[in-house]
Amino acid sequence: MSETQEQKRWGHLRKVLERPGPFCHPEFEPSPEIMDFIVTSCKVLVVGAGGLGCELLKDLALMGFKQIHVIDMDTIDLSNLNRQFLFRQKDIGQSKAKVAAAFINKRVPGCQVTPHFCKIQDYDESFYRSFHIMVCGLDSIVARRWINGMILSLLSYEDGVLDNSTIIPLVDGGTEGFKGNARVIVPGNNACVECTLDLYPPQITYPLCTIANTPRLPEHCIEYVKVVLWPKENPFNAPLDGDDSQHIGWVYEKSLERASQFNIPGVTYRLVQGVVKHIIPAVASTNAVIAGVCATEVFKIATSCCLPLNNYMVFNDVDGIYTYTYAAERRDNCVVCSQVPQTLPIEDPSKVKLKDLIKILCEDEMFQMKNPGLTTVIDGKNKTLYISTIKSIEERTRDNLNKTLVELGLKDGMDIMVADATSPMTLVFTLKFATSDVEMK
Amino acid sequence: MSSPAPKSPEQSEKSKKYDRQLRLWGDHGQKFLENSKICLINATALGTEILKSLVLPGIGSFTIVDGEKVTDDDIGSNFFIESDSIGMSRAQVATQNLLELNPDVRGDYIDESVDHIMAHSQDFFDTFSVVIATCLPEKVLMPLSRHLWEKNVPLIVCRSVGFLGYIRIQVKEHTIIEAHPDNENHDLRLDNPWPALKEHLDKVDVTKLDNKERSHVPAVVILYYYLAQFKSKHGHLPKTRAEKEEVKKMITESPPPDEHGIKNLEENFKEAIRYINTCINPIKIPPNLQAILEDDSCINVNQNSSPFWVLCAALKEFVEKEGAPPLKGTLPDMAADTSSYITLQQLYQKQAQTQCEIIYRRALEIARNLGLSQETITESEAKLFCKHASELHVIRGSCIADEYQKTRVDLTSCLEDPDSLMFHYITLRGLERFISEFNSYPGQLDDHVEPDVLKLKGIIGKLLGEWGCSQIIRDERVHEVCRYGGAELHSVSAILGGCAAHEAIKLITLQYKPLNNTFIYDAITSTSASFTL
Ligand SMILES: [Zn+2]
Repeated sequence: MSETQEQKRWGHLRKVLERPGPFCHPEFEPSPEIMDFIVTSCKVLVVGAGGLGCELLKDLALMGFKQIHVIDMDTIDLSNLNRQFLFRQKDIGQSKAKVAAAFINKRVPGCQVTPHFCKIQDYDESFYRSFHIMVCGLDSIVARRWINGMILSLLSYEDGVLDNSTIIPLVDGGTEGFKGNARVIVPGNNACVECTLDLYPPQITYPLCTIANTPRLPEHCIEYVKVVLWPKENPFNAPLDGDDSQHIGWVYEKSLERASQFNIPGVTYRLVQGVVKHIIPAVASTNAVIAGVCATEVFKIATSCCLPLNNYMVFNDVDGIYTYTYAAERRDNCVVCSQVPQTLPIEDPSKVKLKDLIKILCEDEMFQMKNPGLTTVIDGKNKTLYISTIKSIEERTRDNLNKTLVELGLKDGMDIMVADATSPMTLVFTLKFATSDVEMK
Repeated sequence: MSSPAPKSPEQSEKSKKYDRQLRLWGDHGQKFLENSKICLINATALGTEILKSLVLPGIGSFTIVDGEKVTDDDIGSNFFIESDSIGMSRAQVATQNLLELNPDVRGDYIDESVDHIMAHSQDFFDTFSVVIATCLPEKVLMPLSRHLWEKNVPLIVCRSVGFLGYIRIQVKEHTIIEAHPDNENHDLRLDNPWPALKEHLDKVDVTKLDNKERSHVPAVVILYYYLAQFKSKHGHLPKTRAEKEEVKKMITESPPPDEHGIKNLEENFKEAIRYINTCINPIKIPPNLQAILEDDSCINVNQNSSPFWVLCAALKEFVEKEGAPPLKGTLPDMAADTSSYITLQQLYQKQAQTQCEIIYRRALEIARNLGLSQETITESEAKLFCKHASELHVIRGSCIADEYQKTRVDLTSCLEDPDSLMFHYITLRGLERFISEFNSYPGQLDDHVEPDVLKLKGIIGKLLGEWGCSQIIRDERVHEVCRYGGAELHSVSAILGGCAAHEAIKLITLQYKPLNNTFIYDAITSTSASFTL
């Protein structure tokens, strides 16, 4: 494409970047250099190449961005095609990141989307540090928290003062059915994902006694087959795979059997799939809206042409079209972004067992960890308290779960190091015993 | 015991592909979508973004009407226009690239301007399910709006300019059966149980249950028992807050003390207390349903009435006789043993079935008396209708041409409200008038921004005068629109495109409440507003 054609192509964008306006960012100075920056050097990372990711890539490419990277470990499934518009029937089974990147690069000349067909955890700080802006289009809260942890770990403080050059803004979007949200996180300056963990609703769980003894809903029957019958009968000598139609077929059969035994109506194949795979309904339109909002924010941040969203927007078009924008507040003692040392208050260390401590880390609304691994230092020596993710260590440390903190030799003021899937960094918690005078030897 | 051979239903490719959306609007909603015909006027970036979110979920077909040739501006903002297509028919290029998205969808195009079609064959538009127009000048919009209003074809008009955009829906009458409200109050009829339910509930004396039975009795049974106690003491059901507190106290004090003398309230009893606040108010006809029952179309059904209104006429008779809408037939989950819960659930379901049967039969009778074909009303439609009787809605919109002639809202008071985004509406109306008068966008050329600000200010002042509005629009608002010079920013069009597409889906599927009738989006502040104009 010739230079003049390139100039002409971005005529729309140049109008808002080369003309002054009354609602621009106070520091905005219109000039052709801004467009040059977008086109030549601004490096953006798109996390996720699914429903939001496809839209984000298209939106960013047509807002002039060329140095775009996209990371996604998923492959294309038939059920993606109702909204992930860069994929076709022939692409099923291929890497989402690769197919999406190739499509954009072909459709938008000059755009250089670089795909990464891997997990976000496969890369370290040096990769993430190389971007000017990141934008997340994920359906996983754990992955979103991990990315949030990553950008916060990139901040450097000198004498408690944040070095602004280490800030990488994060724009984050999420959708569910006809609802969605978009937010702008300026790490160290406004609310981060962990500050607002209470915004994520807990996953629906059914008490075991209900599903085992007093089922009433079709979901109870399906859950019973999933958590009780499957491990017991082990029909395919494999863990339950929601993408395997034989597995789902078996669960469907057995759920139907159980439901008819109790006269419970409403077990359908679709419901079985939904419960087993925790399926979140999704449509093209909501993804388009939320990705559009996110891409607009990336453009604002990259160009300073107007002030970015401050800082959270909710969208809902179930009844008419509704949006609400507000400033989500930072949590003073946020585990990830507050710089405040974290303490774990313990009422009675001779009664509290290690498993209780883990329960707090998993269930407290402020932590919501998934599979925390705990280590500490006792008398200058590293000690692994419990790690569930590595089989040999799990077996070796399993007995610790039922020991009290006193039995484990833990004392008031000691640090516990916690590693979890929700964070790229190890988090440090200081034990604070209410009954620190009680010394037991 | 050997398990029977798997006989799970083989899912079709289509239901696999559309799985994530079928969970929202169901197979019946999908069917409406697959039978729909959409017309897009002008394949701008916004236009193709709208069609994209309609082709993907599987509309039946689309037709693009656009006489323009592809320009550099299209290449830089429209994803469905390839860079090597400059000078080609925009309608043709967009149609080809949109069709790639979904092999189930058919599409064609007419590479002529909408004015041309309006002049030669107005009735071209009459067979579409929805007509969507972007970038349509006022002078074409007026006759098109009038025509489609008369023909009862829904019209969606939108524009995306700079960081601003709007969507205006014109629909004469739109009826909704499934509004899918976010939260609903459960209609348990404990204040006025039908005989079978009363007989069932009267059998249980909650005070005579042992501990195990207590923990398994459903909240509905508990609440009914204590309401009956209250009624036999006071002669009526609790109405005031204090009276409800009294029932609450009776329930709270009901458990037998444990060995420490402490009364532990079981989960199901706590549930019963929660239901006091939401479920024992006398059945009221919700305002949306009341409006339908009083609607002319319901009172005066005739040979031209749709199945919806015939069903409404039958529903009206039912409500007048029973004093309440038909039961939904569902029971919320509550802590209870399986058989107590299922027995109750079946009672509610059976009563709902009986009531639906009455309404369905009556609707068939009405249809017959009107000389309508009996097949117009299906049993499945009647079932859906009765189940959602409390959520029925009717929207009666307004014609855009009428709005442009005489606005219905009090602009002055809207403009006085500092939180209102009404000023955007005024500015955008000024913009439309400018485009029609000068055949260009204000600020389209770099050296025209300043003079165009003056021109646009003049136009807006004149419009406000016509509307008898004494307020003015701040200069910077006018300046900002001229700064855009008609620029279409792709990401802003993506936002509006998604919104407009979903409104079209609502109109087609008759599910979820559409916008009534104007939506304005300000991408600078990421805020929006809706107005009924
Ligand atoms: Zn935080």
